[in-house]
Amino acid sequence: MEKTTTISPSFDVNTIRESFPVLEREVNNKLLVYLDNAATSQKPQVVIDALDYYYSNYNANIHRGIHTLAEEATAAYEATRNAVKDFIHATSADEIIFTRGTTEGINLVAYTWGRKNINAGDEIIISTMEHHSNIVPWQILCEEKKAVLKVIPISDEGELLIDKYKKLLSPKTKLVSIVHVSNALGTINPVKEIIDLAHENGAHVLVDGAQSTVHLDIDVQDMDCDFFAFSGHKIYGPTGAGVLYGKKKILEEMPVFMGGGEMIKEVTFEKTTYANLPYKYEAGTPNIADTIALKVALDFITETGKQLIRNHENNLLKYATEQMNSIRGLRIIGNAKNKVSVISFIIKDIHPQDVGVLLDNQGIAVRTGHHCTQPLMDCFQIPGTVRASFAMYNTKEEVDKLISGIQKSIKMLS
Amino acid sequence: MSEYKTIKEREEEITDEFSLFDSWEEKYEYIIDLGKRLEPLEEKYKVEENIIKGCQSTVWLTSDYKNGKVFYKADSDAIIVKGLISMLIKVLSGHKPDEILNAKLDFIRDIGMMTHLAQTRSNGLLSMVKQIKHYALAYKSADAA
Repeated sequence: MEKTTTISPSFDVNTIRESFPVLEREVNNKLLVYLDNAATSQKPQVVIDALDYYYSNYNANIHRGIHTLAEEATAAYEATRNAVKDFIHATSADEIIFTRGTTEGINLVAYTWGRKNINAGDEIIISTMEHHSNIVPWQILCEEKKAVLKVIPISDEGELLIDKYKKLLSPKTKLVSIVHVSNALGTINPVKEIIDLAHENGAHVLVDGAQSTVHLDIDVQDMDCDFFAFSGHKIYGPTGAGVLYGKKKILEEMPVFMGGGEMIKEVTFEKTTYANLPYKYEAGTPNIADTIALKVALDFITETGKQLIRNHENNLLKYATEQMNSIRGLRIIGNAKNKVSVISFIIKDIHPQDVGVLLDNQGIAVRTGHHCTQPLMDCFQIPGTVRASFAMYNTKEEVDKLISGIQKSIKMLS
Repeated sequence: MSEYKTIKEREEEITDEFSLFDSWEEKYEYIIDLGKRLEPLEEKYKVEENIIKGCQSTVWLTSDYKNGKVFYKADSDAIIVKGLISMLIKVLSGHKPDEILNAKLDFIRDIGMMTHLAQTRSNGLLSMVKQIKHYALAYKSADAA
């Protein structure tokens, strides 16, 4: 993947912007400033075209068909599996299971691996900064199995307290399910260290990659995680196309998730045998179009150059952080040393929602609220934050618009 | 208390005031000002059962039924929401349950605040209107019983 960065050694944000048609639209009579990328990223024209082309030219149900369209659709669908394998450096395409998104991936593990391997008295470790998607499935499992959920605390800066994590690990720990990058704080967690420590203890590790996959180089082999889940729509791909990676050996031993077409080998009324990986976990007609277009999004990132994108985003993060710190009464929530381009903040005596409404009137899209991380917000004793998150197409000028937008909002609200 | 006006008349009053504003800034400054001037709800009413669900901010709403008319009091921790509530109360408070239930509240569209009514927004104006009407319906049903 590093080689591809030489294809486009220079990073021209204006050229990149031209690839995203939505960036031309106006909101409340102002050119859109889209800073809600951690919720979902915008889509480049090539991804939109891939969806259109699929439905216009070779829409067919995959795998079983003998006709040309079915073969073309199957080939494109499986090409995405291979592209994902390369993108996250999995060993085999069999380890790539298509899901609707990160949430489904985590639930799949909870309902299959979890139900088989978690017993009464066992412990599952998560952290304070988890998204609800990486809390609730484990709570459901723990309740059912009489297992115990343990939570790694964080520092005031929004970093995991690794010493506390070490103390939580015990022979009872069966699983550590940890977010790679916090959606609310932007913190990059030291997952490799977390995984090593868990493995030394004999526990499995699931990494929630919903926020990390778009910003960081993902190498599941180097990380050595047992499961890795992410969503296509946060990495410039369509909604409803996500991925669960699992180590082959583990996936092979796991019980099936949903029953139905595609996932079977042979069905009789007496007994059904199941298909091999990865189809074993893909019951029913999958989300063919969106999955096919996901490959186009991955290619777009690779061709643009992941490192170049990261440098650009880091520059935006640094600039925006400096500018925000100069605003009186503004407090950034999450000041980890290692962060992606996500800034959560609150303003003294002003409700985040009020800021969000006034920014929207200025054409600036941010997210306000608890970001599906209520326990984290409780930990900081705040009802929520305003969150600005930056993508490859955002510019320094847009950061300036955000800053003046915030200043204007404060003035109007004070 | 101000003189009695119908819901429609009160809506028109607000629409007339908004027609003087040229920019979104003026509209929002007006709403923010209404929010600031809304009498704070007594602490005893700021309880779980008075919280309107579906709002990103916390919104409390209580009601009182006197002489066949419903009177509302509300508060929020977000000032724009509070301003919007203030308008709703100004329009609807002090009317008969039937009048409240039949109110179309076209003024919200007329003053350009429809986005706050959309279900996709967590601002909760829709939830507020629902809850206001829910109280009116409850009093009406109690009367009929």
